[in-house]
Amino acid sequence: MTIGLGHYLAVAAILFTIGIFGIFLNRRNVIIILMSVELILLAVNINMVAFSTHLGDLVGQVFALLILTVAAAEAAIGLAILVVFFRNRGSIAVEDINLMKG
Amino acid sequence: MNTVAELPALYPALPEIVLAVGAMVLILMGAYRGNQSTGAVSGFAVMLLIAAGVLVALMPAETQTTFGGSFVLDPFARFFKVLALIGSAVAVVMSSEFLSSPDRQRFEYPVLIVLSTTGMLMLISAGDLIALYLGLELMSLSLYVVAAIDRDQVKSTEAGLKYFVLGALSSGMLLYGASLVYGSTGSVTFAGIAQGAQAGGVGLTFGLVFLLAGLCFKISAVPFHMWTPDVYEGAPTPITAFFAAAPKVAAMAVFVRVATTAFPTVVPQWQQIVVFVSIASMALGSFAAIGQTNIKRLMAYSSIGHMGFALIGLAAGTAEGVQGVMIYMAIYVAMTLGTFACIIAMKREEGPVENISDLAGLARTKPGVAFLLGMMMFSLAGIPPLAGFFAKFYVFLAAVNAGLYALAVIGVVTSVVGAYYYLAIVKVMYFDEPAPAFSPMRGELGVVLAVTGLFVLLFFVWPAPLVDAAGAAAKSLF
Repeated sequence: MTIGLGHYLAVAAILFTIGIFGIFLNRRNVIIILMSVELILLAVNINMVAFSTHLGDLVGQVFALLILTVAAAEAAIGLAILVVFFRNRGSIAVEDINLMKG
Repeated sequence: MNTVAELPALYPALPEIVLAVGAMVLILMGAYRGNQSTGAVSGFAVMLLIAAGVLVALMPAETQTTFGGSFVLDPFARFFKVLALIGSAVAVVMSSEFLSSPDRQRFEYPVLIVLSTTGMLMLISAGDLIALYLGLELMSLSLYVVAAIDRDQVKSTEAGLKYFVLGALSSGMLLYGASLVYGSTGSVTFAGIAQGAQAGGVGLTFGLVFLLAGLCFKISAVPFHMWTPDVYEGAPTPITAFFAAAPKVAAMAVFVRVATTAFPTVVPQWQQIVVFVSIASMALGSFAAIGQTNIKRLMAYSSIGHMGFALIGLAAGTAEGVQGVMIYMAIYVAMTLGTFACIIAMKREEGPVENISDLAGLARTKPGVAFLLGMMMFSLAGIPPLAGFFAKFYVFLAAVNAGLYALAVIGVVTSVVGAYYYLAIVKVMYFDEPAPAFSPMRGELGVVLAVTGLFVLLFFVWPAPLVDAAGAAAKSLF
């Protein structure tokens, strides 16, 4: 069996879905949300590189590299905000992010 | 090989370069002088934003592209850039009191706003998906940090965390859409996508839906609005004022640009989505705001509703509709900044207050402010002859001319429902027993309120400059 574009897209779609579910179903820990976000970006990168090879066009790989860079910055900022939140609230459980509702 | 000749012509991106370099100079200045330089850094930040605005206004009127087509400077981009720069500059000016209290002197705040504005300008000028993504992230990452800038307040950090989590999710969806669009059209440039999209296909439809979902999040349109009320309420008020104006302008600009330049060949597909999002936003913005007691939360729902109204113009899909969106956003920025100038001034000896009941009897304690705030509320509700009426008039007109009668009717009905809670605020200010008076309003807030008030009140006398500029700019997309 040869592994073609469809397989890569299927893996990426599964990863993306796991990421989305990880954000919405997880009730315990904000760190898990950060991991899910990384999973989503990873799925996008697999998509980009797969399409890039399939189309014989380098732009997709350039895009993937830029996504990697921005993802690193995003994770850094997310963790920083999480740290200040933890200092104030003493918890990073998802159900404790509940001061404002409505 | 002659590398010099291959360098991109940087001139069209000059305002962005000025802002980016200026932001770095400001960081150095803050790093050397410490937090007592916050006032000076703010002052320089405002000057930078004004300088960038002047540069944008002085750019030649024809369309120019650079960076291999990734960066487009056309009249459409210039209109929105000026608007975003005004929003950011006024937000920095209105923050001066917030930044002057000793435990909140943080020079990073104006620097982050300048960086975020650089991202907005790049976003407005984006000519392909890569530039769109990078501009969007530069804007959003700075916004997440400023939302949590009051880092000893649990509410502010919670707002930052919520904004970050949902924002990261939305950029993930936007990117997934971008990858599908790239895969099915073989191009990331908007022109290339427009060409490749003629073939259609499942991948393209999915990609389009994900891409628009990500953009809907940034303009806080239903069903991607969940973050708005919490972030508006939790973030410090001057920062909420910033969130309500400039980023919305930039996101709406890129929404319009993507829909009209990247997908002009599949109009029926995105038109359905935009019509649905528009109706849902208008309805939620009108009904959910009714029960609110916190004025910042109320403004959040109000802004959701206003984004719905602005999207009516885009749903029309014509140059006239885009002109309507541009006029709407310009007037929306003026109304929002004026209203937030009043909300920032809601302050007693013991500290800031933000409940609607705190406004009770404002007409007796502060008649001038009450009059201007009341006028802003009438304008937000869309009552003639104030500017807010004309904003709605142009988008409804475009919708009717495009045959979207049902959408226009729903728009009128929801705007009537929305008028209820705007008028409720006027009633509280004019007919309720006075609450203790607020501390005197600071000069810069008074100036912002007076200028936006005059604009809103006198727009109908001389609407031609704005309407003509928007009309000329809208044509550059078609």
